[in-house]
Amino acid sequence: MLEIRNLHARVGDKQILHGVTLCVKAGEVAAIMGPNGSGKSTLSYVIAGRAGYEVTEGEVLLDGENILDMPPNERAAKGLFLAFQYPLEIPGVTTHTFLRAAMNAQRKQRGEAELTVPAFMKVMNAGAEKLGIAKDMLRRGLNVGFSGGEKKRLEVLQMALLEPRFGILDETDSGLDIDALRIVAEGVNALRSAARGFLVITHYQRLLDYIVPDSVHVLSAGRVVKSGGKELAHELEKNGYRDYVADAA
Amino acid sequence: MNPRVAQIKTQAETSLAEFFSARASTGAHEAARQKAVALFAEKGLPHRRVEAWHYTDLRNLMREAWPLAAPAAAKVAANDGLRVDIVDGACAGLPRALPAGLTIRALRDVLAKADAALIAQLFPEAGSHDSVVALNAGLARDGVVVETAAGVKIDTPIELAFTTGQGAPRSDMSRCLVIAGAGSSATIIETHASAARAQRNSALVCWLGEGAGVDHVFETTDASPELHVASLIVDVGARASFQSFGFIAHGDLLRRQCFIRQSGEYAKIGLRGVCLLKGKQHADTTLAIEHAVPQGESRELFKHIIMGEASGVYQGKVLVRPGAQKTDGGMKSQALLLSDDAAMYNKPELEIYADDVVCGHGATIGELDADQVFYLMSRGLPKARAEGVLIEAFAREAIEFVGNETARARFEETLSAWLEARS
Ligand SMILES: Nc1ncnc2c1ncn2[C@@H]1O[C@H](COP(=O)(O)OP(=O)(O)OP(=O)(O)O)[C@@H](O)[C@H]1O
Ligand SMILES: [Mg+2]
Repeated sequence: MLEIRNLHARVGDKQILHGVTLCVKAGEVAAIMGPNGSGKSTLSYVIAGRAGYEVTEGEVLLDGENILDMPPNERAAKGLFLAFQYPLEIPGVTTHTFLRAAMNAQRKQRGEAELTVPAFMKVMNAGAEKLGIAKDMLRRGLNVGFSGGEKKRLEVLQMALLEPRFGILDETDSGLDIDALRIVAEGVNALRSAARGFLVITHYQRLLDYIVPDSVHVLSAGRVVKSGGKELAHELEKNGYRDYVADAA
Repeated sequence: MNPRVAQIKTQAETSLAEFFSARASTGAHEAARQKAVALFAEKGLPHRRVEAWHYTDLRNLMREAWPLAAPAAAKVAANDGLRVDIVDGACAGLPRALPAGLTIRALRDVLAKADAALIAQLFPEAGSHDSVVALNAGLARDGVVVETAAGVKIDTPIELAFTTGQGAPRSDMSRCLVIAGAGSSATIIETHASAARAQRNSALVCWLGEGAGVDHVFETTDASPELHVASLIVDVGARASFQSFGFIAHGDLLRRQCFIRQSGEYAKIGLRGVCLLKGKQHADTTLAIEHAVPQGESRELFKHIIMGEASGVYQGKVLVRPGAQKTDGGMKSQALLLSDDAAMYNKPELEIYADDVVCGHGATIGELDADQVFYLMSRGLPKARAEGVLIEAFAREAIEFVGNETARARFEETLSAWLEARS
């Protein structure tokens, strides 16, 4: 479903990804762990298509199609979704207006009819309730004044409403309290299906107790230096990255 | 004898001087007129060495002065609602019926029997040093006088619709006067169009009595004059509130200058606006706000969105006179540049001679935030749409202050269409 092949990327003059290869099949959840600054967010931005991130080699295929030449909105319409590590605040754009615009933009690009306001309100409110997002938050400016955890919940709400075929979660667990972690994980698990894939970036094994991954990969200095099953996360929790960072150096 | 180097008159200045001398004596306001004529003769058209006109060099931009529009037919049409037509600078249409407490008359009729007090109101001191205001005082023959009686609330907006007849290029000049009685309230909506190529010089003078409320809107239309200098001269009495919103989306060259004086304690002044500029448009908003007495409040919020090779100017000067204690002033001007060739000149200024005041200002010029655009695009919004959402949010922060709902909806629609056209 998602194939990352020998991906090299740089920001400005700084080469950050040095040949990442990773494959996530439909129905699977792959976890990426790795030290700070190893390039995890960079990888997620390159996949989502953020400007300024230059791919110098390699490709990223979604269902066999190279997405690297598409603008971010087309990648989104193809079913790609990135839950940001640091969601942006956009004053003046109310959260629910934004959610509706996003849903309808994707429907339009796929040639589907736009959602009516009542139909949209119904799915939005239902989704928000499941994630414990208060209704008044949806009337505020997008992410404006939201707490760290509230922003992460909203990212998951967006994912739930947009029903992507492939979701990337960049440290969605950081900033969440214990209850929220469980609620958010349930939200993700509810989306898991034979047709969907996920890439879950995290520092903590605890999230992976809730969202049980099919594979775990260690990213260090812009490369995947170790891959394994879910037990790899436990090992990392115990021993840290020392062994792998040394390998990469 | 005059130590200044005499300036060579431009063709436009020569024509304007001829227009002055071609005018017969006007009776009651002749003295005021002559004073203005003398001022213009001395100063000529403003140019970039005149500080208030630094970014709009009118002397250079206005190569020729088109002939003064001939006075319209004396017949005044009876309009539905509270609409006034000013065609070629003359009052050409008045409301058929008026609510109690509201009078609207053609200026030419009022001038015919004006007393000294009214002449003084029509030609206030504020703004009189500006040579374009002087030009207006010297050449405008007509307009309209709107008066609200004490305590009267006029719910329907009074629309002042300015236009020209069809035909050859022309200049049109008009002067309107609004006298808001104590405790009265009204909304004045000024719209500007023209059917011919036009150079317009319009002046609106407002006097707000104690506790009066005037909500003013200045609005361009898709048939705006090529060149337009609009002067707004306001005196705000005690506990009165004057709010003005300028929505500028059309016209090649527009200068909006506001001379606002707080003359009574506890008065509130709010000046806000949105400018959408593209192509080679140039729009200049220059404010001179004077707090002459204590306890005044003023708020300014202007948003410029500029693309193509267009240029915007914002100059806001707040003067707090000695003794105008407890003045509370807040000014904000923000510009969004959407192209490399777009330009914005942002100049907020505070001149404070009282020690117990709270005044602040902020001015920013920037581009769209690339990270915000990416965030929206990553959710499926095409680039133009993502940018549009951000631009709309930027403009809406000001538009939401428009008190009149119909006008607000109109501005939102124009904004959407403007954004639609850019993609
Ligand atoms: N715009 C940029 N310019 C220069 N260097 C950058 C830029 N963006 C990221 N980097 C650098 O690239 C490296 C990888 O950053 P990235 O954000 O991908 O790390 P990460 O693995 O997500 O870290 P964390 O666990 O802290 O989130 C870091 O050294 C970072 O400083
Ligand atoms: Mg990161």
